[in-house]
Parts: sequence; structure tokens; C-alpha cells
Amino acid sequence: MEYHELTIGSAQKHLIDRKISSVELTNAFLERIETYDDDIGAFITVDKELALEQAKKADMDIAGNNLSVLTGVPIALKDLLCTKGMRTTCASKILDNFVPQYDGTVVSKLKESGAVIIGKTNLDEFAMGSSTENSSCKVTKNPWNKAYVPGGSSGGSAAAVAARFCCAALGTDTGGSIRQPASHCGVVGLKPTYGRVSRFGLVSYASSLDQIGPITQTVRDAAVLLNVISGNDPMDSTSARVDVPDFTAAMGQFEKGSLKGMTAGIPKEYLSVDGIDPDVERVFKDAKKMFQDLGVEIKEISLPHTDYVVAAYYIIAPCEASSNLARFDGVKYGFRDTTCDDLMEMYKKTKSKGFGLEVQRRILIGTYALSAGYYDAYYGRASQVRTLIMEDFSKAFETCDFILSPVAPAPAFKIGENVDDPLTMYLTDIFTLSANMAGIPGISVPAGYSSKGLPIGIQMMAKRFDEMSLLRAGYGVEQTLQLDKVLPNL
Amino acid sequence: MKISTDEVEKMAHLARLEIDPSQKEKMAEQLSHILQYIDKLKDVDVQGVKLSSGAAFMQNVLREDELAVSPGPDVTLANAPQRDGDFYTVPRVVK
Repeated sequence: MEYHELTIGSAQKHLIDRKISSVELTNAFLERIETYDDDIGAFITVDKELALEQAKKADMDIAGNNLSVLTGVPIALKDLLCTKGMRTTCASKILDNFVPQYDGTVVSKLKESGAVIIGKTNLDEFAMGSSTENSSCKVTKNPWNKAYVPGGSSGGSAAAVAARFCCAALGTDTGGSIRQPASHCGVVGLKPTYGRVSRFGLVSYASSLDQIGPITQTVRDAAVLLNVISGNDPMDSTSARVDVPDFTAAMGQFEKGSLKGMTAGIPKEYLSVDGIDPDVERVFKDAKKMFQDLGVEIKEISLPHTDYVVAAYYIIAPCEASSNLARFDGVKYGFRDTTCDDLMEMYKKTKSKGFGLEVQRRILIGTYALSAGYYDAYYGRASQVRTLIMEDFSKAFETCDFILSPVAPAPAFKIGENVDDPLTMYLTDIFTLSANMAGIPGISVPAGYSSKGLPIGIQMMAKRFDEMSLLRAGYGVEQTLQLDKVLPNL
Repeated sequence: MKISTDEVEKMAHLARLEIDPSQKEKMAEQLSHILQYIDKLKDVDVQGVKLSSGAAFMQNVLREDELAVSPGPDVTLANAPQRDGDFYTVPRVVK
């Protein structure tokens, strides 16, 4: 048995059966990180001592039969999640020295469940990007082929799970930032329903779109992590007061035809999106056929406002970002430029030196769209289009249990290929943005490979708070294809 | 919508940013490109459609007004770039 190949599920079993200790498991991952992460660049911060301290405590808990759901299991966190006493940078120069004084709710929940926090992973600065190239720290490489991007913005978390630097990780998804890197790195990524998971302690990018979710090796692990992090939180008034089911119940006995009774919708507008890569098309067609074999009825549906999703999103998200990021002004925390003695100058120099270009670009778009005279034409109109997009989905889910689609129009691209063309990069988010706009859950599950050997996932989206259907369908894909057993060669 | 370098400067001031002069032209061009794409929203018939600000449940969230311990100045000011005792300091405002 190779320690690093353990999933959350198998690690727990080995820990409880005393076949390994958490210290051994944590050390195995730390050694692997030391060997390979100089090259991959998945982590911004790894605190060895802290990780081993937590592992030792977990081993004592195991010895005392004081077991919790994740006792002794090493988990990585996107560096956008506040960790008490551990640097949280958002991959931005402006927070380079920021040490949170509290844990985000998901972090507290992981700790209460016994998890070992192994480190903080790289991302596009403040989660703005689709390739993890917009990081002020480093460029993360795709473990399947290091000339390619891992996707983004949770590229560090997806690469860390794909490279088996941890059992699992948390990412955040504002427009596809969990699902797209999961697809590019051949792992499972789940964006929960808006409000399912508390955002307290998540550094806000676009508050009405952001959600935290699991990036894992298997669908079952995603369910286990979702069980831990879900639930209403008094610290986040948008977190939903709804019951949290046991998500692992979605993984019943798997057999041929076991998804009988489910209906999958395929939006006809998605099939005519420009520039879908032939490999993505092939994987999608194969997935459709596979679902039919599993007993799923396939139906054509319509999402009439698909063509406007990217435009509406790239108004709403930058508007919220320009407001959220106003707080980084050099006064209370983070970087401050000290070369000037005028307050206005200090603000301007701090922000301009602290934020990268893509962040500044989005702040400017948001500022423009919210400024006097333009508000109604941009933010107002985009918010109306958002209503229409939500209605499209409500209507679609009257006739199907989940919507099946590609995750991204193409597999991972080469590092450096798209950096100078923001709009082209935005357009690649076409299939993932809608779930954030409508607040519905979406999952990406590995479904095949490109001709160059890069992973390609498929996406399923369900109605609000129906993550269960996604996990059930995703488990069907995983059990049929068994791609969770295929690892990249580092 | 075409954005001029003057408009970039105006927006930058509102956002308290200072765009490097060598980047202004390029930024104006990129923003114009993006906003031209976004102009397609004008094609949507939004007559009478209500605005959605998000997917959260639209209900008031209230809690009891209970006393709790404050984290105190050392925690609150732990990340202060510059401080003087229990105060943040900034460059002089009134001159």
C-alpha cells in the first residue's frame, strides 16, 4: 500500500485499524510535497510542525478511541480561507503578511472533525482567474503535464489532490473555480448550493456567487467533506437554514442500471457553443451514452439565456469585487505603501502595488459599471438578466433531475497561452458560470482524456439543495469508468 | 462601449488605484473590448423583469442581542501596518 494513494475513506479505515498512524500518513504527504512541489507549485504555505502536531494529537485521539469523521486525515485549504495563526495570502501581495486571528467556519469544522491541515494552496489572486497564472506567488503546473495550467482559480487545491499531496482539499467556486480545475486535473470538484456552506472566514470576491466546496479523489470523499462543512452558521446570514442530509447515503450499491428513474437534461444551447474542442465533445458524447446504459433517461432541454450568461456574470462579479476589495486600503491589515505622507497617495500606492493587473482590471470594470449614469445600464440590467437565467433553470428542473454538460469547452491549455487576452479567458467559463448565477449546485467528475493525455471531466447541475442527485449520478460515472484509480506520473 | 484613457484615469481615481502610465493605453483597450462584449445584454428584453441580487433566501436573519467578550485591541490590531498603542495610524489628514 502506498500511503499517498489513500482517499479520505481508505485513510480513515487504515487509521482506525491501526495499520498506519496519522503521523506516518502526514509525513508521507510532507515528503511527497518536498520532493515534487518545487516543480508543481501547488502550495503557498506548508507548516510541517503544525501539521505534525495535529497528527500527533489525532493519533492520541485514535488511541483513546475518541474518533471523529476526519480524525488524522491530511487536508489542504485554498489560501483564500482564513486560518488562525497561519498566513492567508489570497495569492496577493496586498495580503502577503496577513495572519488571521480567527478560523473560518469551514476550517473550525474541519478541525473539530479531527482533520490535519497540511497547508494552504495556490490560486489566482483573490480567486480571479481560470488558470492559477494570476497568482502573485507562483504559477501552479498541471500534474498530468507540467507544460499545462491546472485550471483555476482553485488550481493549487486541484493540483495538490491530483498529485496526491493530501487526501483531499477545499476550494472555492465563484464562477467555476472548483469544477474547472477539478476537470483539468482529473479529480472530483463539487460546488454546493449557495448558502449550503458558511462563507464566514472566506475572503470575499463576489459575495452573491462565492461558495466553498470539496476537491477530492472520489465522489464518496466529496460527500464526506460536504457532510462536515455544511450547515447554517450564525456568522453568515446568507447560510441557509435547511436540513443537512447524510450525503454519503447517495452512494448506494452500484450496479448496471442503478440510476434507473433519473432524467438528465442536455441544454440544446450548449451544443451550439462556439469552439468546443473535439476531445471534449467526444468525452461528453461517451458520458451521455454511459448514462443511458446506467438507466438514465436523456432529454433535450432549453436554457434560452445561455448566450448572455458570460456578459451578465462579468458585470455582476466585478461590481461585487470592486466593493469587496475596497477594504484593502493599507489601514487595518496587509501591505501599506510607506513612501508617501499623504493619505490619498497612500491608498493609491498601496492598492496599485498590492493588487495584480487582473484584480485591478476587474475593480475598474466594477467601478465603471456602478458609477453614476451607468448603474442601470450595466448592474441593473445584468441583475435582470440574472433573474431570467434563474427562471431558465427552475423551468428546466421541472423536467429533469440534473443537467449534463461539459465543464469547460477545452482541456487545460498551455501555460502562458492566454495571459494577455482576458475576454477569451472569460469566455471559457461559459458552462460553469450559470450555477453560480442561479445559486444551484454543480459537480465535475473525471470522464476521459484528451488526445494529449490531459483529463476531461463532465459537469452535472441540479436544483437548489439537491446535491444528493449530483453525488448519486457522479458515483455512477466513477464506478463505471474507474478513473479515480488512474494517477498522473509526476 | 469604448473607454478612453481619460475614463480609465477617472475610474482609477474612484477606485483609489493608480494605473501605471505605460499600462493606461492597454487597459483602456482591454476594458473597451470587454465592455463591447457586455453590450450584448442590450439585446435581452428585460421589460418588467425584477432584479436578482443573489440566490440567498430573501428573509430577515435576526439574533438575540447578547453580550459577548470582545477579542480586545491586541487581536484586533494584530495585523495593523502601523499602530500607536491601541490606535491605527495613517498619514496626517488635516494639514
